[in-house]
Amino acid sequence: MIGVISYLVFFTTVASILGIAVLGLNLQWGNTGLFNGGVVASFGAGAYGTLMLGGPAQDGHLGGFGLFYPLALLGGMVAAGVLAWIVGKLTLRLRHDYLAIATFGVAVAFENVMRNATSITGGAQGIRGFERPLRDVLGDGFTYNAVFLAGVLVVLLLVYVFLERLTVSPFGRLLRAIREDETAARSLGKSPDRIRLISFVTGSVIIGLAGGLYGTFYAFVSPQDVLPILTFQIWAMLIVGGAGNTRGALAGAFLIWGAWTFSGWALSRFAPVEAQLYTGSIQFVLIGMVIVGMLLWRPQGLFPERLIVSQPGRNREKTQVEGFT
Amino acid sequence: MIQHLVDGILVGSFLSLGAIGLTMVMHILRFANFSHAELLSIGAYCALVFDKLFESVLPVLSAKFGPLSITGALAVSILISMAVTGFTAVLIDRLIFRRVRQKGGELSMVFASFGMALVIRNIIGLVFGLSSELYSRDIAFAMVLSRDPLLLVKPDQVFVLFAALIIMFGLYLVLSRTTFGFSLRAIAENPSLAQVHGVNLRRMVAAVWIIGGALGAIAGVFYGLSYQITPVMGRDLVLPIFAATIVGGIGSVYGAVLGGFIVGVASNLALVVLPSGYSPSVPFLMILAVLLVRPNGLFGEARA
Repeated sequence: MIGVISYLVFFTTVASILGIAVLGLNLQWGNTGLFNGGVVASFGAGAYGTLMLGGPAQDGHLGGFGLFYPLALLGGMVAAGVLAWIVGKLTLRLRHDYLAIATFGVAVAFENVMRNATSITGGAQGIRGFERPLRDVLGDGFTYNAVFLAGVLVVLLLVYVFLERLTVSPFGRLLRAIREDETAARSLGKSPDRIRLISFVTGSVIIGLAGGLYGTFYAFVSPQDVLPILTFQIWAMLIVGGAGNTRGALAGAFLIWGAWTFSGWALSRFAPVEAQLYTGSIQFVLIGMVIVGMLLWRPQGLFPERLIVSQPGRNREKTQVEGFT
Repeated sequence: MIQHLVDGILVGSFLSLGAIGLTMVMHILRFANFSHAELLSIGAYCALVFDKLFESVLPVLSAKFGPLSITGALAVSILISMAVTGFTAVLIDRLIFRRVRQKGGELSMVFASFGMALVIRNIIGLVFGLSSELYSRDIAFAMVLSRDPLLLVKPDQVFVLFAALIIMFGLYLVLSRTTFGFSLRAIAENPSLAQVHGVNLRRMVAAVWIIGGALGAIAGVFYGLSYQITPVMGRDLVLPIFAATIVGGIGSVYGAVLGGFIVGVASNLALVVLPSGYSPSVPFLMILAVLLVRPNGLFGEARA
């Protein structure tokens, strides 16, 4: 029984961390219509930043500043934000596919540099020996994981509330206005380029936060954690849940992570030995089919965006809008 | 140094071929097709299948052309592969992209291509196995062009370069001298107006996919001749090809040709200063550099 509970705790922790990343992506894609093809770069920047700043002194590579944990986590988020700012600054004023290509490129280059710059990032070995916060108080066992899960859920809740507030705020309306009709927004004296940059960087910082938590949870990060498949997984979570809908995005995170874990388990359990080598390929095909299938048959996701029509002087009317916006 | 330059030009020949198709699709259908590099994989594997088939059925064809490792079987297979890949591209468009196009915006297309790339790449891996394949197991000896500085070139690479240049010249003639070429440009400039003038949009879109797929198939085979055929070759090629289109300017066929050679040369020259492990990052650095200096590329024009 305790085995099942501790597995559930483990599963919920990872799903919640990925859920935070999906919320960040939802701000970019769902609310602002920005295609981020390099989610994993922000995620990785957060994880590497946190572990390098907060870890103990290291031989052979940079890091080991042993910073107070919240500061280290903040540092990871800043790293993700700076990376996003550079890419966003260069591409957001151009045709929309430049952002898609450039962010995809960042992810490739990020993984490549992490793998090769051994003297800075530990190379293929990754960063080890990170001391998880409060470990001397809580130990390493189930208690720690349960407390960690509680911490992750609190962070998730904070991000959720922040984004929900943001979505109904004037700024959130501005984001949707730019997404729907940039020219109209510009004619009202708004500056779409700047607003898009703010949204892109904020989303990436949130994804970086998720990455920092992920690195903390495993107390380890290596180039294997920043492979492009993570970008696909997080995208699948968002598109299944429904872009533009915060709660849907969260549900998508749990659904897809559950399906991913289950398919991995089922394939390793029931597939013949010769096919074991191809487990990854089968899972990748499934993730790709989920993405394409959702776009074909239910582009608005399982839980579509609820457009809130707010008018001054009246109560907010809520309308359910079918269709991909 | 000179060796790197020559290698770069040879790499540029298949990058250009890949980039031409991508830039045409991006110009006419207006989306960044992340699955374009998978057409190169499809082409390379398709040629491999027919090559093996012909060699076993018609042993006459397995004689090599002079110093090349290309056999008659492979030459025929390349032609078949061009057709098959072109029609596969049309099929993927009919089944997936056209439906997404009708439902959502341009970014949904980017997104669908992102998913398709993952599906195609891994299905190839499932069908053909994850290990790499070669068209010919024989060792291709390099010719020594000069001893000081040392300059080595494989006969296959020279063939690839010249074949690529001839194909590009042929495409140039088609695009600049035929009614078909004008219709294609008209569709890219203004789809509605072109349709009013009797250009069949659906047929033109299919033509673009066929050209893109056929050129992609050649590029894939040439890549396979220069290196090896692996299921993940699309993953490794997608960024250099995108870099080539951006350097040349999205929508410009001539830009894509030049961009391919520039990216090929730059990636190889980068080996002089950077350890070889970093070479996958070079195309990204080139994209950033171009966006900083000349956001619309060498020949591109600003378009929303």
